[in-house]
Amino acid sequence: MNDDDHGDDRRWLDDPRNVTRVVYGLVVLCVLAFAADLFYEKHPHFGFEGWFGFYAVYGFVGSVGLVLSAKWLRRFLRRDEDHYERAERDADE
Amino acid sequence: MSNPGLLLILGALGVPLLRGWARRALMVVLPVAALVVLWLLPEGSGATIEMLGLELNPLRVDALSRVFATGFLVAAVLTAVFAFHVRDSLQQAVILVYAGTAVGGSLAGDLLTLFVFWELAGLSSVFLIWARRTERSNRAGSRYLVAQVVSGVLMMGGIAVRVGAGEGLEFSYIGLDGPGGALILAAVGIKCAFPVLHAWLTDTYPEATIVGAVALSAFTTKFAVYTLARGFAGTEALVWVGAVMTCFPIFYAVIENDLRRVLAYSMVNQLGFMVVGVGIGGSLGINGAAAHAVADMVFKGLLFMSMGAVLLRTGTTKGSELGGLYKSMPQTTVLCMVGAASISAFPLFSGFATKSLILTAVAEEHRTVIWLMLLFASAGVFHHAGIKIPYFAFFAHDRGFRVAEPPVNMRVAMAMAAAVCVTIGVAPALLYDMLPYAMDYEVFTTAHVINQLQLLLFAALAFTLLVRTGLYPPEIRSVNLDFDAVYRRAVPSGWQALTRGTTVLGDRLAKPLRRRTERLWTVASGPLRPEGRVGAPWSTHQMVWWLALLLGLVLLLALL
Repeated sequence: MNDDDHGDDRRWLDDPRNVTRVVYGLVVLCVLAFAADLFYEKHPHFGFEGWFGFYAVYGFVGSVGLVLSAKWLRRFLRRDEDHYERAERDADE
Repeated sequence: MSNPGLLLILGALGVPLLRGWARRALMVVLPVAALVVLWLLPEGSGATIEMLGLELNPLRVDALSRVFATGFLVAAVLTAVFAFHVRDSLQQAVILVYAGTAVGGSLAGDLLTLFVFWELAGLSSVFLIWARRTERSNRAGSRYLVAQVVSGVLMMGGIAVRVGAGEGLEFSYIGLDGPGGALILAAVGIKCAFPVLHAWLTDTYPEATIVGAVALSAFTTKFAVYTLARGFAGTEALVWVGAVMTCFPIFYAVIENDLRRVLAYSMVNQLGFMVVGVGIGGSLGINGAAAHAVADMVFKGLLFMSMGAVLLRTGTTKGSELGGLYKSMPQTTVLCMVGAASISAFPLFSGFATKSLILTAVAEEHRTVIWLMLLFASAGVFHHAGIKIPYFAFFAHDRGFRVAEPPVNMRVAMAMAAAVCVTIGVAPALLYDMLPYAMDYEVFTTAHVINQLQLLLFAALAFTLLVRTGLYPPEIRSVNLDFDAVYRRAVPSGWQALTRGTTVLGDRLAKPLRRRTERLWTVASGPLRPEGRVGAPWSTHQMVWWLALLLGLVLLLALL
């Protein structure tokens, strides 16, 4: 897929370097959020909630696990688009 | 006209009679007027009607019914504005009738009135699928209708059992163990999309029209949540049912290609949170379920609106075909992202203020496994609804669509919905004050805000890494097997196999069977033929012997 196909309308995000900048920005935010655990007092309902960075690790591991297992499930669940009925145009109204 | 539900339903009949701005004005004035009537009504029951010795109470206002009815009416206003541009007056009228059934149902004080609105909701809303007027939507509408009618039949059965057991018609706590409780719970379970019973929702909602899907997303399922909250609060089984509902759809949502179907799966996931809240019960659980239901009507409506705008302009909602739309639809992109942030429960957006109530209710009961499931589902909903929807529709690879923004009315409706999402998110007390139980709950604590940001930011980081490393499953043109395969494939093909099998079996067995029977007949009838042993003339004494034997036998039988 070539992003230059539509060179008539180039935007800031079309430059891969800028996308990388956005990713770095996200990484910085993540580091800040992780480090924030140092600066406040927790009142956990569960013991493990008090572990350093629990929410961050759980969010990351949970997400990766979710996507990879969904990808694996696709091997069994995926069927052709016309599995149930022949495709019709998507037009509406 | 003191029943806001009936006001909407009867007023909707005027919609096809008017044209242009008059029709549009009526479409907005009706739900707004109903909202005013609702809030002017005093708490308590209206006039009761005696029928066949049973007491009907068609209008009961209390905090629980009022918060749901308010949510329905707000959703009705938003959907009506969103449907302004449609030329099909059927759809516009049906939206109001459908909204009216949800409002009327949530204000029903007795089970029979509830049942009437329950059925009308299904019967009216099916036109929002049929209105697409394609073969495919005809079939989808029929499947939808079957699910709704089955739910209605189960509820009628449950009500009959209750009346038979002398419980009367009053609609209050029913409970799973009460008479007819299991039947009514099954009826609610269908409309509330319990696991396995959910297939009709993810199967048929994405087949509705652009405005139809927005209306469908608001009413039926949340009407079911209301019924659950009133009839089955604190039912332990619901905690587990709801937790499963939050988790399993997110796997489907990650690999689903049709973005409106992704939203349907995420709706099951959000309903799961509400069902857990009802199952936990208590003031925090029920408040959480009610608040989240109201928030969901708006943010899920907003997301369906934005995907409707994409469908209207590009002709598709398939992730595999879309991308780069932020260039030509920047306003829709931003509004969609407000909806995405709300459903993902970002602080300052509505989902954060409402879902927290449910998670806190679970945590205060120290239900560790359930709580971890809900937290996982919270990260998961951010993945598919929060990131996937905006990312694959508006960003990702530019597919070269150069389209216009949707019509003004659609953008206005989306902006209004986004404003509601942000208002609830910034000032949750506005919604909290409407909730059925008084509570002392502070949503913006430092720990809560930071923990939620950690969860979401690291989920976003996981998404980014997976996409950048190419591990993220690509959007491909496909369908995924779900429980609808049972009634769309397994049962029909099973039936076909059965009929075909019977024919084959008939062909294979009939010939030898006929031959055998003929031979048996020849052998058996041989002695009876004229030349056979029985047919030949008998001698007199042989006849006398036989006669004596038979008479003796008859005598013996008579004596016995």
